[in-house]
Amino acid sequence: MLSLRVPTPTSFRRLHAGRSRLSRDCLFSYSPSFVNRGVRLRVRSTKSEVALTPAEEEEEVTLPEELQPELMPKHVAIIMDGNGRWAKNQGLQPWDGHRAGVEALKEIVELSGRWGIQVLTVFAFSTDNWIRPRIEIDFLFSLFERSLKSEFQNLAKNDVRISIIGDSSKLPKSLLRLINEVEEGTKNNTRLQLIVAVGYSGKYDVLQACRGIAQRVKDGEIDVDEIDEGLIEQELETNCTEFPYPDLLIRTSGELRVSNFLLWQLAYTELFFAQELWPDFGRSGYVEALMSFQQRQRRFGGRKS
Amino acid sequence: MAELPGQIKRMSGGIKQLLEQIFGFSRRCLFRIISMGPIPNHLAFIMDGNRRYAKKCGLEEGSGHKAGFSALMLMLQYCYELGIQYVTIYAFSIDNFRRQPEEVQSLMDLMLEKIKSLLEKESIVHQYGIRVYFIGNLALLNDQVRAAAEKVMNATAKNSRVVLLICIAYNSTDEILQAVKKSCINKYTYNIEASGSYKHEDTDSEIEAKDIENQEKKIQLVDIEENMQMSVAPNPDILIRSSGETRLSNFLLWQTGNSQLCFPAALWPEIGLRHLVWAILNFQRSHSYLEKRKKQL
Repeated sequence: MLSLRVPTPTSFRRLHAGRSRLSRDCLFSYSPSFVNRGVRLRVRSTKSEVALTPAEEEEEVTLPEELQPELMPKHVAIIMDGNGRWAKNQGLQPWDGHRAGVEALKEIVELSGRWGIQVLTVFAFSTDNWIRPRIEIDFLFSLFERSLKSEFQNLAKNDVRISIIGDSSKLPKSLLRLINEVEEGTKNNTRLQLIVAVGYSGKYDVLQACRGIAQRVKDGEIDVDEIDEGLIEQELETNCTEFPYPDLLIRTSGELRVSNFLLWQLAYTELFFAQELWPDFGRSGYVEALMSFQQRQRRFGGRKS
Repeated sequence: MAELPGQIKRMSGGIKQLLEQIFGFSRRCLFRIISMGPIPNHLAFIMDGNRRYAKKCGLEEGSGHKAGFSALMLMLQYCYELGIQYVTIYAFSIDNFRRQPEEVQSLMDLMLEKIKSLLEKESIVHQYGIRVYFIGNLALLNDQVRAAAEKVMNATAKNSRVVLLICIAYNSTDEILQAVKKSCINKYTYNIEASGSYKHEDTDSEIEAKDIENQEKKIQLVDIEENMQMSVAPNPDILIRSSGETRLSNFLLWQTGNSQLCFPAALWPEIGLRHLVWAILNFQRSHSYLEKRKKQL
C-alpha cells in the first residue's frame, strides 16, 4: 500500500535524539496509513522533503528486533508515575512535569499502535489524587482537555479508539462534554483502544459493579445464585473492551506499588517496575518492559510440564 | 583413643550450640536496631519456587514443599520476634486444583500433616500464642483437611498475641465474589423488608420517600469490605513473593492496593533473614511519605 506521508524533519530526528521531551511538538503530524504493521514501506511519496535512510525507515515501522511479534501482549496497562519528581529534578513547576508526561504518553500510544498492542490503559488520575492542590488539579484537567482537543483528529486518523473510565461525577462539565464527543467520534476505530482512567480506583470499580449486579437482582433479571466472576467482569468499567485483563502492567518512577489501579483485572498480570520517571520512559523503556514480558513464563496457577 | 570420636561429637555439638546462640543474639540486636524505625503490622507471603528448588537440588518431587515448610517456620519466627502482628501466607490457590491429581493429593496430604502438627505442644503456635485463621473456599477441600483446619481455628481462637492467616483454596476474585454476593443478599433482604413495611399516602411523598430509600439501599464500600474473609486483619503493609516472578497470581488483590511489593529472586526454600530485613528497610523508606498521604486522605 502506498504511503502518502510527508515526514517533517523533527519527527525523524527525534528517533536518534536524546531524551528531550519538551521540544517534541508534532508526534502526530503525519499519519502512516498502512495496512500491514511491521512491514517495511517500499514506496514513499515523491513529495517528501527529507530523504530517509533505509535504517531510519525500518526503525520507524517495524518491530524492534529484540521483540517477537507473536509474544506481544494484547493489553498493556501503565501507571504514569513521576511527573512531579521529574519537574522538581529539572527545577520546573509540577505542571511542566505533567506537560512532559503528555508528550511521553503520545509516544507510547504511537508505538503501541505500531507494534500490534490492542489495548493500552493508562492511569491518568486516581481517586487519591483529589488531595493534590486545587491549582494542580485544575491544570491537569485543562491539560487533558487541551490534549484531547488537539489530538482528536490525529487519533481518528490513526484509527485509535478512546474510552474513559472512572468516576466522572467530579469532572468539569466542559471536559465531560468533550469526553463524550471523543468517545462517540472514535468508537468505530479498531487499531488501538486507548483507555484513560480518570477519577478511577480499583475498589470503586468493583463497588459500582456490585451495585449494578444488586440492581439487576432487585429488578428480577438475575438470581443471587447466578452471580459469578463472569458477571462481575461484565459490570466492571473495563467492559468497554474485548480484552479487559492487562497482560502487562508497567509502573514508572521505581515505586513498587499498584496504588489501587485495576484491582480485579490484575489477577494474573505480569508486573514491570521501571526506574525512570514517566517523562523519561520513552521507547527504550517500553522495549525493555516488553522484552521482560516476553521472557516470562505464565502459568496461571497450573504447571508447565 | 576410643573416646576421641565421642569427644569430637560433643565438641561439635557444643560449637554448634554456641554458634546458634551467637547468631540468635546478633539477630535480636539487628531486630532491635530495625525496630527503631516503623515496623510493618502485617506481612503477606507468596511462597513460590518449591518445585523449582527440588529440581535445582536434584531432590524428589515432594521434598521441595517440605523444605518450603521449614523456610516458612523460620520466617514466622523472625516475623513474630520482630513484633509483626499479622502474617498471611498463600498456601494453596483455587487455580492449583488444576495441577496433576497426584501433585494435588500429595500437597493435600502434606498440608493435613502440617495443620495437625500446629496443634502439638512444641509447635510455633504455642510458642508465640498465635491465633490461626484459614481463609478461602474451604468447601473445596476434602473433609479431612477441612476438619483439621476448623479444629485448629477453634483451638487457637482465644490466642491474641499474634495472628497467622493461611490462605488455602483461595483466590482473591473468589473472595471478592463471595463478598459481593453477601452484600447483594443483605441489601436485597433489607429492600424486601423495607418495601414491605412502607406505606405511602400520595404520589409526591411517595417519590420523595423513594429517593431517601434509594440512598439507604445503595451498597457502600464498607458493605463489601465487612463481608470479605480477610476483614479479620488490616491490609498488608508488605507483600513478598519469592522466586523472582513479578505478579500477584490472584492473591489479596483487594487488600494490597497500597502495599509495598517485594520480589526477591530467591526460591521460597532459600528465603532468609536478609530478604526480610531488605523488605522492611524498603518499607521504612517509603513509610513516612505514605503516612503523610494517608493523613491527607
